[in-house]
Amino acid sequence: MTPVVARRVATTCWALGVGALAFIWVFPLLWALATSLRPPGQLGSEIASLWVHHASLANFRDAWGDAPFLRLYYNTAVVVFGILAVQLVTITLAAYAFARLEFAGREWLFRLFLLQLMVAPSSLILPNFVTLKTLGLLNTRLGIMIPYFASAFGTFLLRQAFRGVPRDLEDAAAIDGCSPLQTIWHVFVPLAKPTFVAFSIVSIVYHYNEFLWPLIITDTDRARTVTVGLASFTQSAESGAQWNLVAAGTVIVVLPLLVLFILFQRRFVESFMYSGLKG
Amino acid sequence: MLNAARPTDVPRAAAKAARRRWRIQPYLFLLPSLVFLGTFTYYPVLSSLEMSLYRLSPITHQRQFVGFANYTALAADPVFGRVLKNSAVFLLGSVPITVALALVLALLLVRTHALSAAFRTAFFYPTLLPLVGAAAIWLFVYTPGYGLIDVYLHGLVPASVNYLGDPRYALAAVIALTIWKNAGYYMLFYLAGLQSVPVELYEAGRLEGASAWQQFRTITFPLLAPTTLFVLLIASINAFQSVDQIWVMTGGGPDNATNLLLFYVYQAAFMFFDLSKAATLTVFLLAVLMAIAMLSFGLLERRVHYEV
Repeated sequence: MTPVVARRVATTCWALGVGALAFIWVFPLLWALATSLRPPGQLGSEIASLWVHHASLANFRDAWGDAPFLRLYYNTAVVVFGILAVQLVTITLAAYAFARLEFAGREWLFRLFLLQLMVAPSSLILPNFVTLKTLGLLNTRLGIMIPYFASAFGTFLLRQAFRGVPRDLEDAAAIDGCSPLQTIWHVFVPLAKPTFVAFSIVSIVYHYNEFLWPLIITDTDRARTVTVGLASFTQSAESGAQWNLVAAGTVIVVLPLLVLFILFQRRFVESFMYSGLKG
Repeated sequence: MLNAARPTDVPRAAAKAARRRWRIQPYLFLLPSLVFLGTFTYYPVLSSLEMSLYRLSPITHQRQFVGFANYTALAADPVFGRVLKNSAVFLLGSVPITVALALVLALLLVRTHALSAAFRTAFFYPTLLPLVGAAAIWLFVYTPGYGLIDVYLHGLVPASVNYLGDPRYALAAVIALTIWKNAGYYMLFYLAGLQSVPVELYEAGRLEGASAWQQFRTITFPLLAPTTLFVLLIASINAFQSVDQIWVMTGGGPDNATNLLLFYVYQAAFMFFDLSKAATLTVFLLAVLMAIAMLSFGLLERRVHYEV
């Protein structure tokens, strides 16, 4: 074999091998899509196939009627963007202080912040539930949001970005009479835009998908989020082996993020890569 | 470059003085974060410690100091023993395989080819699915009789096994879902890590006649050590916080075969209303998470020279 042919063969093997594995990886999602589109009557032995004879949206109509998805979406949207809005303020201020200001106890306080990376909020469900009960925030969207208003991860990420901002620009702003807050707004925020985007994407995905905390904080649909709604919906539909409905409910819940991902693929991948960078 | 008499020095000094003038300002900037961290991270750690020393009644709200009695009770609890064993199996069964798979996928997909991006997407997308949604789909993968495994692996696996209902298989079934869900996420870190390996090293390796495996063992893998440590850290912390898939797929059963540490906390607190036990379990979980973090920080600090 000539080297060119050998390389072609190797590449083909690579494409077939990795392609087969990739197909296994996407199969569950394709199955959910196919099953959600199959008319409710058509089940039988075909239920495991990807083939859809007569696509129909009947399952979506039924699922939509069985659970208050509109309400759940609304709650999730408020929670996700509410958390993000407050986080952007808290992490910007804290990151600026850690990156640029000199003060007693800076190292010590920074370590105290990092503690949150290890003690993820989900391990503190019991004491935080007691706190929320005392504050009267059970069954509220604010109750779901409030433990996440500070983010050690975001502070850390942004501090790295702020450290890269040239001192000269900052000094120029100070000489022009900018207050520290104005300097942050006019110098630091524009220059750290990629980091803000990366943090926002990771935060949105994380809180959209969050389950345990909203589950224990809510016991009615008033403040419940889509993941909690889907879990209870799945439990009732699965016990009746209504796989069409389970699939439709799941597709309704996973679709928004997947559509955003398809539209902004590169951004998503870069953001999640970013989320692993440490200094 | 000479910098003794740079014209910017005078304004620079003035700016520095301006920065120093507001001594209270740094603390004001940290205050919003510290209020929330204090209320929802530091205080709950301390209050769990305190609660674990009391016998608490969820109904009458009475509390009685019992010292370490809750800890000795936990040590004698057979379910806790089971949960510890399950958590260890879950950690050792999911983390090494996920991380190894992530590395293999990254090595396979680091090349530039028209299909690479599509393949990466295929492995990465589960990261974006809510775990409860992924678990709902995987319920059908495991359905006995007509689920995806029984239909597509017909003849390869024993027919009509109730994977999630059989104590022998249930934990392995949950582990498989977890691997599928996370491998693509960790793959990204390896892809980023691979980009920072200098190409010259491979050229030198090839000149010396190193085989592909030798190049991997002596160049790629050592240089990826910081990435591996980091991925092991987050994978381990995630393993100890796994709970969503348990809730949807097994509810900790059958017969506690899939009951993991955080799920047991949830059960004790919100299903059995045994607050003392839940608080004691929380303290234990926190100790485990801290131990993992300390261990890996120690290792990371010794490895800093590898960071590129």
